Amino acid sequence: MTDTSSLHDVIVIGSGPAGYTAAIYAARANLSPVVFEGTSFGGALMTTTEVENFPGFKEGITGPELMDEMREQALRFGADLQMEDIESVELEGPVKTVTTAGGEVYRARAVILAMGAAARYLGIPGEQELLGRGVSACATCDGFFFKDQDIAVIGGGDSAMEEATFLTKFARSVTIVHRRDEFRASRIMLDRAKANDKITFLTNTAVVSVEGEGIVSGLRVRSTETDEESVLPVTGVFVAIGHDPRSTLVRGAVDLDSDGYVLVQGRTTATSLEGVFAAGDLVDHTYRQAITAAGMGCSAAIDAERWLTDTEAPAEGAETEMIGAPR
Amino acid sequence: MSTTADSSTVTVSDDSFAEDVLNSSTPVLVDFWATWCGPCKMVAPVLEEIASEKAGRLTVAKLDVDSNPETARDFQVVSIPTMILFQNGEAVKRIVGAKGKAALLRELGDIVS
Repeated sequence: MTDTSSLHDVIVIGSGPAGYTAAIYAARANLSPVVFEGTSFGGALMTTTEVENFPGFKEGITGPELMDEMREQALRFGADLQMEDIESVELEGPVKTVTTAGGEVYRARAVILAMGAAARYLGIPGEQELLGRGVSACATCDGFFFKDQDIAVIGGGDSAMEEATFLTKFARSVTIVHRRDEFRASRIMLDRAKANDKITFLTNTAVVSVEGEGIVSGLRVRSTETDEESVLPVTGVFVAIGHDPRSTLVRGAVDLDSDGYVLVQGRTTATSLEGVFAAGDLVDHTYRQAITAAGMGCSAAIDAERWLTDTEAPAEGAETEMIGAPR
Repeated sequence: MSTTADSSTVTVSDDSFAEDVLNSSTPVLVDFWATWCGPCKMVAPVLEEIASEKAGRLTVAKLDVDSNPETARDFQVVSIPTMILFQNGEAVKRIVGAKGKAALLRELGDIVS
């Protein structure tokens, strides 16, 4: 059990490749990091299939397995992993505080933000109502339920191609619906999807609404060329249109760009606030790979370590004041 | 219904569902999960904690959809993790997706104190 009253060196918020790598480095540097893994521990990789391009795993590794390995490695060096979600943070001044969803308050000199990004939804009628009723953002979780059915995947990036290809293992047919006729997806992923007999491409097509009473029965789409609407008779709709940074927690506290990504200074992981560092998909809207996130997590831990060394520790008269209820 | 030594949750199947869940005198939260589901792994330790804290007032049951497809079909589960709370044989609450402990307890609040 973590002592909520003491002042920690560093708190890590997040548990994807960035968060765990920061934890591994900080733990090895004897900073005894407290890591708030949150509900979505493992991050985006928990919903991916095979990771084929993480160096060192020449045969590939599944996303959840890779995250398990990173987590175990952080534990091995003594990182204090907490499954809690963080409700609020106070990041200004020499002592930062974070408050968990359970109401406990933790204090630290430095904080590493690594909350990652959350799957984006379409925001069309029927989508939220039918979420978990045929609308899904996790092909690896839910593909199983669509054996021999016709389904749609929405999006034009790598994750759309990966999900569509994966879903052909179960589905009778997969239609990739994309609003343009160019794809952001990499060549290898696009070619793989194109070569798959079960996959059909529906380009220049916007989605209008998800149809169905209690369970998905179709996807209403509109041609961006003719404006004609039609309904695709599908029972599953998999949304893969990208991610948004999970920066709500720190909005107003650290500087964000117009898309909500946390801004860092130059080639460092330093945010606009002293002692607050950020890494991974929360920051990076360019590369967004497991390996780049891990790299930034490493940088953040090193930046934090150097900052802690160079900055005088706050006088701890506050140490007698008990914050948070010990359990 | 079976339990393992270090677990507070119970395991149910298509065969045992009626007896263990529908005929249970205490409310039962059924976690529909599978080994290949990443987010299910996230929610598992949270459910263990809830099961041990609410022992006697709430049973937390795990149902592997891979080997028990009938029950998943009966309750139109097409996304996991899905957690359905049963009380007196009725499905009274449905929670889709991994959630934190505080959020889950809030969802269960009306039924389980």
